[in-house]
Amino acid sequence: MRYLPLTEADRGAMLGAIGVKSIDALFEDVPKAARLAGPVDLPRHAGEMEVERQLAAMAGKNLAAGSVPFFIGAGAYRHHVPATVDYLIQRGEFLTSYTPYQPEVTQGTLQYLFEFQTQVALLTGMDVANASMYDGSTATAEAVAMANRVTRRSKALVSGGLHPHYREVVETLGRYTGFAVEPQPADIAGDENLAAKIDADTSCVVVQYPSFFGRLRDHSALAAACREKGALLIVVVTEILALGALKSPGEMGADIVVGEGQSLGNALNFGGPYVGLFATREKYVRQMPGRLAGETVDADGKRGYVLTLSTREQHIRREKATSNICTNAGLCALAFTIHLSLLGETGLRDLAALNHARAVQLADRLAGVAGVDVLNDAFFNEFTVRLAKPAAPVVEALAKRRILGGLPVSRLLPSDPAAANLLLLAATETTSEADMDALVAALKEVL
Amino acid sequence: MDRSQGRSGRPTIEADATKQTFTGNRALQLEESLIFEQDSPGSTGVDLPPAPKVKSRLGGLERQGAVGLPGLSEPQVVQHYTRLSQKNYAIDMGVYPLGSCTMKHNPRLNEKMARLAGFADIHPLQPQSTVQGALEMIDLLAHWLKTLTGMPAVALSPAAGAHGELCGMVAIRAALEARGEGGQRKRVLVPESAHGTNPATAASLGFSVEPIPANRQGQVDVAAVKAALGPDVAAIMLTNPNTCGLFERDIREVADAVHEAGAYFYCDGANFNAIVGRVRPGDLGIDCMHINLHKTFSTPHGGGGPGSGPVVLSAALAPFAPYPWTVKDGDVWRAAEAGSEVNGQPFGRLKAFHGQMGMFVRALAYMLSHGSDGLWQVASDAVLNANYVLARLKDVMSPAFPGTCMHEALFDDSFLKGTGVTTLDFAKAMIDEGYHPMTMYFPLVVHGALLIEPTETQAKADLDQFVDALRHLAQKAKSGEAAAAFQAAPVLAPRRRLDETLAARKPVLRWRPPPAAQAAE
Amino acid sequence: MKRFSEEHEWISVEGDVGTVGITDYAQSQLGDIVYVEVPEAGRKLAKGGEAAVVESVKAASDVYSPVTGEVVEGNAALADNPALVNSDPMGEGWFFKVRIAEKGEMDGLMDEAGYAEFVKGLA
Repeated sequence: MRYLPLTEADRGAMLGAIGVKSIDALFEDVPKAARLAGPVDLPRHAGEMEVERQLAAMAGKNLAAGSVPFFIGAGAYRHHVPATVDYLIQRGEFLTSYTPYQPEVTQGTLQYLFEFQTQVALLTGMDVANASMYDGSTATAEAVAMANRVTRRSKALVSGGLHPHYREVVETLGRYTGFAVEPQPADIAGDENLAAKIDADTSCVVVQYPSFFGRLRDHSALAAACREKGALLIVVVTEILALGALKSPGEMGADIVVGEGQSLGNALNFGGPYVGLFATREKYVRQMPGRLAGETVDADGKRGYVLTLSTREQHIRREKATSNICTNAGLCALAFTIHLSLLGETGLRDLAALNHARAVQLADRLAGVAGVDVLNDAFFNEFTVRLAKPAAPVVEALAKRRILGGLPVSRLLPSDPAAANLLLLAATETTSEADMDALVAALKEVL
Repeated sequence: MDRSQGRSGRPTIEADATKQTFTGNRALQLEESLIFEQDSPGSTGVDLPPAPKVKSRLGGLERQGAVGLPGLSEPQVVQHYTRLSQKNYAIDMGVYPLGSCTMKHNPRLNEKMARLAGFADIHPLQPQSTVQGALEMIDLLAHWLKTLTGMPAVALSPAAGAHGELCGMVAIRAALEARGEGGQRKRVLVPESAHGTNPATAASLGFSVEPIPANRQGQVDVAAVKAALGPDVAAIMLTNPNTCGLFERDIREVADAVHEAGAYFYCDGANFNAIVGRVRPGDLGIDCMHINLHKTFSTPHGGGGPGSGPVVLSAALAPFAPYPWTVKDGDVWRAAEAGSEVNGQPFGRLKAFHGQMGMFVRALAYMLSHGSDGLWQVASDAVLNANYVLARLKDVMSPAFPGTCMHEALFDDSFLKGTGVTTLDFAKAMIDEGYHPMTMYFPLVVHGALLIEPTETQAKADLDQFVDALRHLAQKAKSGEAAAAFQAAPVLAPRRRLDETLAARKPVLRWRPPPAAQAAE
Repeated sequence: MKRFSEEHEWISVEGDVGTVGITDYAQSQLGDIVYVEVPEAGRKLAKGGEAAVVESVKAASDVYSPVTGEVVEGNAALADNPALVNSDPMGEGWFFKVRIAEKGEMDGLMDEAGYAEFVKGLA
């Protein structure tokens, strides 16, 4: 077998050195009844060609986003990832390295994490960021847990503009870790008044920017209301590229900014792995979950990096840790940071502007289709339309025409009648005008 | 032959050479500044089409100031990250013996498969009719995991091992609540040797954590477990093979006692590599177990993630599994999600979308490659390699426990007693010999622990050289004259020991422009 | 009057206010202190309850209040200079001042000689 270097001769010699007759003898602590007599009932080993054939057959049954006009967003965005990103992250020194617990031989990882933390802090307008979380949804739940620790309160006020999956993750954690979640009705219009609902038990207010429905709101007044009432404002960003064009949550007065970093450097991957972003104010850094890389010097006085403030973490604090999180999303964070390094200031601003322009073009075209009502005045690269009929079958009909025409909101809000006719559409730099024309033509047929 | 003869002079020579280079570089080892210090304003590494002229609809929220990112061309970016990469140790370079981390070879076929457009370029919320192959692939992975563990159900969405623990323990909470015993069963038993995530997970769910001592053989004390069990116990969390690298001999007895007391058995599957294909945890009486796909099934560790932590569940816990999972209706696959028709009482959702799909593809490619016979051999060779290392080191280092081990060999620091060399010094000296250190000071139940997990993907010749190097270091330490040299190690790595106290006292967690540049802006 | 607890806290009393810190033995066991979290004024403390946190690079420990009372002041200097706990644990490295509610609780604590004997027993 190609992954196993030991030969039969090696095994014999090694057993001799150990002083046992067979490998079976090394498994004698296993209760006899649980020792299998032979391999389990699954196919036997296969060569590269056979494995490729089997997996490619399954992959071939899926409609790849890049092969058709594509308009889905809702927390996962199709962007063009420069070839350099995927080459660099596949270097074995990055790909096959572990968590940098031995800093002398992991300065590569530690330095890119330090740079990643800086980039995330700059984008979000916050003081500090950690070395990443699993994804945006789990980062959101961790942010709520952190706000509960900071405020010593235990009720989260969650916007109706938060991604429904994110809300479900927060609710699940709330139910089982012991905090209350006060969800709001779907904020389709983008005009909910959360400030009025903050009370003395509220630990945090969670809003999404741009909202799940693509709405843009300045949360500065909400931040002020939070401050006044002793709650923290958590701003969730699922399309991090938006911050290349928009005022940052930090400027609005957010206390914690969490986000999904998939848009930079990472493929759609059917939902994962992605990279959670987590940034906050300096004063809360010791309440932060997750790994942190920090600068220091070595015994010769040379600048270097280490994992630091680890007393917050589970391997030291055990049952008193800020979180049970152990890994981060190292390689996805690397893809994020390389993509952002390639873009630089100019590239980021241009890419964000291009995304916005494509979305405006799409909205303008759709506004001219009978039975389509564009709901958003303001948006970044994603907006909501109301169709004259339920959106789910329309999207299925579009798929039959090989167009992935957005997300029927009812898929994520199945019990909300107001969501039935809503369609959420995104455009990115990968969306061509021909794609938009194809969508418009097909919509005219199916509506 | 004493190998130190040829090496003893090298550190000084190297140090001098460093001083002599104008750049501070050392041949292939290049110093690299932060990317923020390489800004050439206006440069970019991407060429984008111009944005069409449209009327902005950003609602007056346009960003005013600069973000503050540096500008670099593509070759500059490539060189930056290539230089950084060369400061990392990696499995691709050699023995990476981190105990409990299973640093095995990461086949590149897995990477290639995960990048097939039909897997990598599909959106999690595409119509399910357009992702039938993806759902089929997920179901096939589930079938392999269930068959290998002998368990009836699996929850695939957890993003990592610790997340899987959370999933399993929430399922237990949900099951207890469904029995009407949620308020009453608040204690969780966790052996002292457990990984820190176990108590952290249990505590985060409001359970009180009760440590269970190990006996002298490094095994959980069954009598102590039985004494601690009662109508207020929710679960035991037990790692098997345990963090001492030993199979818990009395695991069936523990399982029976736990079940008799009405509690559940959470098995931490971090060390599944020792038994994969040879022993099914389901035959040991467990109720749930997370599987680190990045350990046993070889998805890359990537410098610390992304991981993937599916959790297999017993029939008692299966109804409480979180969204989503795959269902086959006739010939059509679908993902069960909130609001769709489901059996059971799902406890909610742990993560957006469907889990770590990219990791699923890699793990399945690995399983299909090995097959049932290959996986049998994986566990066999992993255990053989660890025992070979143990056998060849036991006369110069001090095994923590007598007898053979499973997939990792655990030593304590008694062989260093009186030498002035600590476990940390010993580990750092390995770096100069070209090895990544083993896991140190874990598990906590062994003094100055050194935990070596060679995995099955190291050739005998490489293990021999590794063992020879450790024997040399152990003998050098015992000579009693090398303490200073050990304490100075490493001297040949890109950096010498780093000042962690400074880093923690005055945390610098990001780059900031130098004051002069700020003033000039 | 200076008294010591088995958890290695010291308390020095003037009037009804006690100044609390950790002992020289405790700081030497912890190694380089990198962070100290002291209680804010007004916080009610119970004897034996968690009052402060002290961290080295690899360990975090709770500091317990040797007496019941209300915090008068936390040592703000430790935020910027936690190393004071290492350099002067019984002086400038104090953690907090507490208004003692129950003077009788002092009787249960050790005096200097008693604590020295207690530490000797740990070796």
